[in-house]
Amino acid sequence: MSPAEKIEIKQRSETAPEPVIDSLATIRDMVSACIQCGTCTGSCPNAFAMDLTPRQLWYNVLMGEKETIFHSKTFSLCSVCYCCTLRCPRGLPLTETMSALKQIAAKENLAPYKKSIQFYKSFMESVRRHGRVREMEFMTLYFLSMKNPFMLLKFAPLGMKLMGKGKVSFEFPSKGNGALESIFRKVEELEQR
Amino acid sequence: MKYLYYPGCSLEGTALEYNASTQTFMQELEVDLLELKDWTCCGASAAEATSYLLSLALPAYILAMAEEMDGTKEILVPCSACYLNLKKVEEKSRKDPELLDKINTILKEKKLHFHGQVRVRHLLDVVARDIGPAKIFSRVKNPFIDLKIAPYYGCQCLRPYSIFDDPEEPRSMEPLIEAVGAKIHPWNMGGRCCGASHMTTKPEVALELVTAILKAARGADAIVTVCPMCQMNLEAYQKKICGKSKEDLRMTILYLPQFLGLAMGLSEQDLRLDLNLSVTKEFRNKL
Ligand code: SF4
Ligand code: SF4
Repeated sequence: MSPAEKIEIKQRSETAPEPVIDSLATIRDMVSACIQCGTCTGSCPNAFAMDLTPRQLWYNVLMGEKETIFHSKTFSLCSVCYCCTLRCPRGLPLTETMSALKQIAAKENLAPYKKSIQFYKSFMESVRRHGRVREMEFMTLYFLSMKNPFMLLKFAPLGMKLMGKGKVSFEFPSKGNGALESIFRKVEELEQR
Repeated sequence: MKYLYYPGCSLEGTALEYNASTQTFMQELEVDLLELKDWTCCGASAAEATSYLLSLALPAYILAMAEEMDGTKEILVPCSACYLNLKKVEEKSRKDPELLDKINTILKEKKLHFHGQVRVRHLLDVVARDIGPAKIFSRVKNPFIDLKIAPYYGCQCLRPYSIFDDPEEPRSMEPLIEAVGAKIHPWNMGGRCCGASHMTTKPEVALELVTAILKAARGADAIVTVCPMCQMNLEAYQKKICGKSKEDLRMTILYLPQFLGLAMGLSEQDLRLDLNLSVTKEFRNKL
């Protein structure tokens, strides 16, 4: 199997599958004390690009509207700045809740989030193989998995600049020493329980 | 002074100059850095976006390795993303014994045990509070009286754990910048998000955030950063941003130890200024 195939993601249907419902219950608990004040929305640097504001997203989480949640771009637009978490008057772990939604999308390989999911998975694949991320390998895995040569062209000028400065070097994806393999495996085992 | 040192993946790649300048700067101030042996990746922002447990297990492994080392229990981390990942495990495992058990079940695979005895420190925390402006002042060789600096903190060294600064209105860099004679550019963007990894997956959104930061920095001679991700986002896309906004928003972007190091008379070569992607002619002329 080529490295690109190995991290290939199968596109699922647009609808969120069954297991999503279970994990959504935990997520609802995380924001159950929300009073819909909108402080999170007002604090979010990415709110301008979101289809649902953070406050609206929490409303949909409370209502269990999984269709709306997993068709919305909102949680994937969270850049983990912790402004909302810092300011929420109820002290809710909002950044972690955004991440919990990202984790579901990644586990279920939900189609609308393909780009971010592939980006993060390519990163983790490189870490799993070598113990440390190899930036060029990670980007190569990412571009290969997206099967979109235009993305590579967009990245090329910066890539060349960084190579010119000796900061990164081109490398073909390789197997690595598996320094973190046992940790990754154990985590997977515990998560399946 | 002595610290364990965790550089993290970026400092071996895109942020080589952050690594080099941190080490040179610390050496000059007689601070010993003991690099962790065989350190591994902390998971960056990717682990958290895929698995909660993995996002804690990877940094816990690093902290468990740090506990095995002799000499000190404080670990210095220059990258804000690494810092937060490590800090999170330190904080969470102290409050949640069940979680600590789970983490140790995983670490058994590596024949290690995490006791929660190391203290994770951000580079800025160490420079601002342990070393302090007075010591830096006493080492200044080229006072930068003509420079006005915009201190940029980013997110993850400030939030969610406010250990050494105000997470809403950070100020910890100001006495350090003033210690080398420079003035502070007044702005309220120091703790604003740079968009982090959105720059690759959602560039339109991240470019908007960076444009706002560069616009607010107008009038300053340089922005000083303490995170490889912030540094890259602020320095690498300026041409595109200038083209789009049809304004001259070029700005020198330096890492804090590079800036302070220059004032202390350390050489551009040692601080690896050649590796920065944006150092303007105007700035060079003022050095
Ligand atoms: S800030 Fe907190 S309480 Fe207010 S809407 Fe957001 S999540 Fe709800
Ligand atoms: S942590 Fe995410 S959701 Fe919260 S304010 Fe920052 S970007 Fe917005």
